Amino acid sequence: MDFSLKAMLPEIFLATMTCVILVLDLYLSDRFRRVTYLLSQVTLVFAAVFAIALWDNHFVLMGGHFVSDKLAVVLKTSVFIVGFCIFTYVYDYLRERDIRISEYYILALFSMLGMSILISAGSLLTLYLGLELLSLPLYAMVAMIQRQNTASEAAMKYFVMGALASGMLLFGISLIYGSTGQIHLDALPVAINMAEQPDMLLLLGVVFVVIGIGFKFGAVPFHMWIPDVYQGSLSPIVLFVATAPKIAAFGMLSRFLWDMFGAAPETWQSFILIMAVLSLLLGNIAAIAQTNIKRLLGYSTIGHVGFIFLAIYAGNFAAGAFYVLAYALMTLAAFGILVVLSQRGIEIEDITDLAGLDKQHRWLAVMMLLVIFSLAGVPPSIGFYAKFVVLSALVDAHVAYLAVFGLVMSAIAAFYYLRVVKVMYFDEPTQTREITIPHGTNVLLSINTLATWVLGILPGGLMAICLLLY
Amino acid sequence: MEIDWLKFFFYCYAALALFGATMVIFSRNSVRAVLFLVLTFVASAGLWMLLQAEFLALILILVYVGAVMVLFLFVVMMLNMNLSPLKEGFVRYLPLGILIAATIVAQLVWVYKNTDMAALHLGELAQKPADYSNITELGLALYTDYLYPFEIAGVILLVAIIAAIALTFRGPQNRRSQNIAVQVATRKDDRLRVIKDVGPDSDLKA
Repeated sequence: MDFSLKAMLPEIFLATMTCVILVLDLYLSDRFRRVTYLLSQVTLVFAAVFAIALWDNHFVLMGGHFVSDKLAVVLKTSVFIVGFCIFTYVYDYLRERDIRISEYYILALFSMLGMSILISAGSLLTLYLGLELLSLPLYAMVAMIQRQNTASEAAMKYFVMGALASGMLLFGISLIYGSTGQIHLDALPVAINMAEQPDMLLLLGVVFVVIGIGFKFGAVPFHMWIPDVYQGSLSPIVLFVATAPKIAAFGMLSRFLWDMFGAAPETWQSFILIMAVLSLLLGNIAAIAQTNIKRLLGYSTIGHVGFIFLAIYAGNFAAGAFYVLAYALMTLAAFGILVVLSQRGIEIEDITDLAGLDKQHRWLAVMMLLVIFSLAGVPPSIGFYAKFVVLSALVDAHVAYLAVFGLVMSAIAAFYYLRVVKVMYFDEPTQTREITIPHGTNVLLSINTLATWVLGILPGGLMAICLLLY
Repeated sequence: MEIDWLKFFFYCYAALALFGATMVIFSRNSVRAVLFLVLTFVASAGLWMLLQAEFLALILILVYVGAVMVLFLFVVMMLNMNLSPLKEGFVRYLPLGILIAATIVAQLVWVYKNTDMAALHLGELAQKPADYSNITELGLALYTDYLYPFEIAGVILLVAIIAAIALTFRGPQNRRSQNIAVQVATRKDDRLRVIKDVGPDSDLKA
């Protein structure tokens, strides 16, 4: 057994620091609660640095249960960076509402530990355990702050659906194990190739595992929890649920479909395609009817997941990785702005709550405009480039009709995104209010927003990194 | 006549388990239902013992019978649930229930009929030497090959505790505790109120 624990430093550091923060926080009075926040941020920064340091190496540790490769480094680093931004955006929100800050940060850190483990999973066992460690804190976070009954409903739905999905995933894993006798990702392709014809048991197992993955992404028909959770829980929690877990879910998807079943794409292509098409269709059409901005972004998430799955269908995992990173960046900014706007007793819930934002705070309105345009895929934003990469991958795979379908769906999406812009710029504000943003949050949010355009104009670097992964 | 004791015990435990499971559903009293569930677990533990999985059998009794079911029993007793509303509509849903049960039975029969039992290698259990220890083997696997998943499971349990506390914690409550220093330092004025000017007709005079 290899004991070079250097490769596991991000996880070990994150786990240790989270426990330290957990204990330290007990002895802090409310005045010094900021220490918890700062320590969480420092933890994430160091974890990201440790992750980046592993870039050039490929490790398989812990009897094959742990893998550290370029994919793991990129996704882990993105999760930690996204987590850093989230922690900054939500601090003042939680502080103002007297919400227990420590619980939020500690549960989020544990969830990110789960994401990290999931991304580095070397066997189906760690894949499952990482997913559970990722999800469990999320359920608690959704249920934790009960201002309205909708939070309980959202938490209940999320929990029950999540338990169901975990059950499906485990069942699928047990079928794959029963069929091949292997749980290690590197041993499975060999075992699959040894079998002369595709084994029905194995195929059934793959179906169930993909269902579990589809649930985490929120792909149709496993999307039912997304609109309710997004609408029902507070913005800081949606901000977390909507961004970082998607990156981890992509890691899971990639580990499973590329590392294990990459040699036999015919085993999973068909239902990935069905999920992609249904997600695009339902996500974009249902979003038109929404009046709640969080619910609208929830449906738009489903639409974006459709694009990610289209890239996977085309066999272009690099395009999928690029899309998921772009999606995380844009959603981070969009929900970040909603969190920052919800201040002084006002919660941004409906689209009309954004009315006249231009007159209230010009720079926030400009940022929201940039993010919304990026989500809609207006060139030359990152949203545009991500869609372009996926569509060209589809054309390269000789399924141009799917590319046309994706284009039509993007056009529909543009409609409801533009409606938000119209409300912000051309509707009269319902009440006069003063919006103040803390300096640090403003800088980070601006960088985040501008990044969605700078990386769209100069996508070469990020795309080159994504291409290195596969 | 030679008696196959292994088979004899198997049928005893299997019958006991089936009896217990049936009674869980049919007993009217919920406490009794829980106790029958305990019986089912004990019988299953016996079955596992016959499969030479002695550690798992004991753990089943310790964890499920000793902890989970006792907790369950407490909940059932405390809630004092009235089960009769739950049993309403039993007749109404009976056809559906029978249909589902019949489907499952048909599937089982079909699989059994169409499976070549000999090909499944359902032979005798491998005979292990007398000093073979389940726990040693399990411990070796758990702390070497599966150390990493084992530790993650530990973290998941920690998160479960934190999540449970975060969900139920309602802020510090005022407890009715005694502060002996305050009690000792109390003065006469704190406890005794002197009411002046007691009239002649007062009850206090009498």
